[in-house]
Amino acid sequence: MSLNRRRFIQGAAAAAVLPRISFAQGNPIRLGLMTVKTGPLASGGIDMERALVQYLKEKNNTLAGRKVELFVGDSGGVPAQSRTKTQELVERDRIQLMIGPLDTASALATDDYIRSAQLLTLSVAAAEDMTQRKPNPWFTRGTSTSSQCAMPLAEYCAKTLKMKRMIVIADDIAYGHEMCAGFMRVFEENGGKVVQRMFSPLTVPDYGTYLAQLKSDVDGIFLGFAGSNGFRFLRQYNEFGLMKKVTPVGGMTALDEAVLRNMGDEALGIVTSCWYSAEIQNPINEKFVEGFRKEWKYDPGFYAAATYTEAAVLDATLQRVKGNIEDKQGFMKAVRSIKVDTCRGPVRFDEYGNVVGNIYIRKVERKDGRLVNRVIHTYPNVSQFWTYKPEEFLKNPVYSRDFPPYKNLEG
Amino acid sequence: MRIANLTHGALYMLGAYIGVSVMRTLPNLWLAALLSGLTVAVFGGLVERLILRRLGGNVLGQVLVTLGIAFILADFCLVVWGGDPIPVPTPAFLQQPVRIAGLAFPAYRLAVVVIAVIVGIVLFVFIEKTRLGAMIRAGVDDRDMARAVGIPVSLLFTTVFCLGAALAGAGGVIGGPIMSAYPGLDADMLPLALIVVILGGVGSLIGAFVGSFITGFVYTFGVALLPDLAYVILFLPMILVIAFRPRGLFGKFAA
Repeated sequence: MSLNRRRFIQGAAAAAVLPRISFAQGNPIRLGLMTVKTGPLASGGIDMERALVQYLKEKNNTLAGRKVELFVGDSGGVPAQSRTKTQELVERDRIQLMIGPLDTASALATDDYIRSAQLLTLSVAAAEDMTQRKPNPWFTRGTSTSSQCAMPLAEYCAKTLKMKRMIVIADDIAYGHEMCAGFMRVFEENGGKVVQRMFSPLTVPDYGTYLAQLKSDVDGIFLGFAGSNGFRFLRQYNEFGLMKKVTPVGGMTALDEAVLRNMGDEALGIVTSCWYSAEIQNPINEKFVEGFRKEWKYDPGFYAAATYTEAAVLDATLQRVKGNIEDKQGFMKAVRSIKVDTCRGPVRFDEYGNVVGNIYIRKVERKDGRLVNRVIHTYPNVSQFWTYKPEEFLKNPVYSRDFPPYKNLEG
Repeated sequence: MRIANLTHGALYMLGAYIGVSVMRTLPNLWLAALLSGLTVAVFGGLVERLILRRLGGNVLGQVLVTLGIAFILADFCLVVWGGDPIPVPTPAFLQQPVRIAGLAFPAYRLAVVVIAVIVGIVLFVFIEKTRLGAMIRAGVDDRDMARAVGIPVSLLFTTVFCLGAALAGAGGVIGGPIMSAYPGLDADMLPLALIVVILGGVGSLIGAFVGSFITGFVYTFGVALLPDLAYVILFLPMILVIAFRPRGLFGKFAA
């Protein structure tokens, strides 16, 4: 194994030194997708593969004049497995660029390996510090950090929805903590108060206990759930008769299209924020949604749009470097300097490798008999630092359960 | 029956999914629960007859086999029903919250409590007061002696195993309107069932009853008072019981 890796790195280094020669051979580009096709996260992971395959098919499996071969790894959503499978993609399938992984924990587990193998990575996972205080030079993210969508929503709640007192609730994982922290910070800086905060275990079977404790003298509740948890929470929320009392608003994964298609009228009117909606009106997205709907009979959501976006980023970067993916340094430099129109709107990257792009405030409506996230407001070109100066933002600790401190919690 | 069975989470999930499918053609929750329970019972019976039967007394083997079956069922459900959460509709007449002393209780949850109590009482009467129940108890206590006096222990055990599977399957459907059906439901439910059984004591209905009460209350109040320690509060009582009273509160054998 170690021999393999050494040989790989040597080979890669040689390729970097002699880019023209290896490029001149005209070999296909070996593209890896690290996703999840089994276990609880499989729904999003399968969408990731479907959208990427669709993109490649639309381009006739050729990007910047070179054929593309796709290799797919399934981590089952288990971080350790993700690390092993990534290594397998690199050493056995000899991929040159990886799209993925899906989840934050897997991204963190693979971080060291990405560095040591110098693996070009276009990621979907949201872990903040991978593009902030501990930036990985080979890691670029075209989706968003955990709080990148929550911070604009907080401003929207305070300024447009005129909310004063709010509750935040999320899964008890880094993703949930980071989202709530960003939301709380911006909401309180705009004159609001977060008076209650709850983090429920990722696998809590029943939210009854949490619902029974919710304060009722508030204007809104922010839901920072991932996967199917937002869906289950809202159903139970409705069942407890809370829907009309306290307005729920949601983070980027709370009411994804994948969840919406199984929901009923209880979801109507709920406002969420995300870097994507199947309802975004631009020619690229309209083509994407139409193609995806035709093939799979449902709207693409967060995960499908993620790989479709990353594929567009890859495509544009390859055009820029004239297909020369063997020059890794040159590729990374190019990724971070391109501007590309994608299904989510215009995309570019900051010097830390994170996306700067539109964030959409969306509202659930019924259209042609199905529920959709209609875009009601657009925050253009939002960076992971929101309106803060990057240097000052990075001086603070990473967003967590306790930072910034929640100062206005009651009882 | 002295079988360490870890498939109950998976059977619960399988039940929920079968219920979902039944309700697509027959939109009646109670009927779906019945049919789903029957289907899962047949499956449970096959597992007992074909596999667990050969592993009598081999606890480690039982744990591995049942855990393996649980994983296989989980992926089977993923293949058949996909990865998205599927809601189970609440019966129309139980959709509105009930107001008691100014507090809103979801009517369906109250109905589930009532169903659980009825099932519990029926089981208790069955095991403790009927001739069949006495035969089962005899089989569990001393299998060879029970056989010697002419009790068909083998058949009885299969029946009991089916009954357990049926309850898990029907439970999945009845829990559906609260939990819905989703991948991972099995792993969410199994620890709760294990805690209840170990806390209350293996082989004791009263133990399971008391165990579920303790678990429910400890968890609910624990989450309310110390929300950051939700899992500690859930598992700590179980660890204490195992440490100081290995057979559980009312158990006959060591867990």
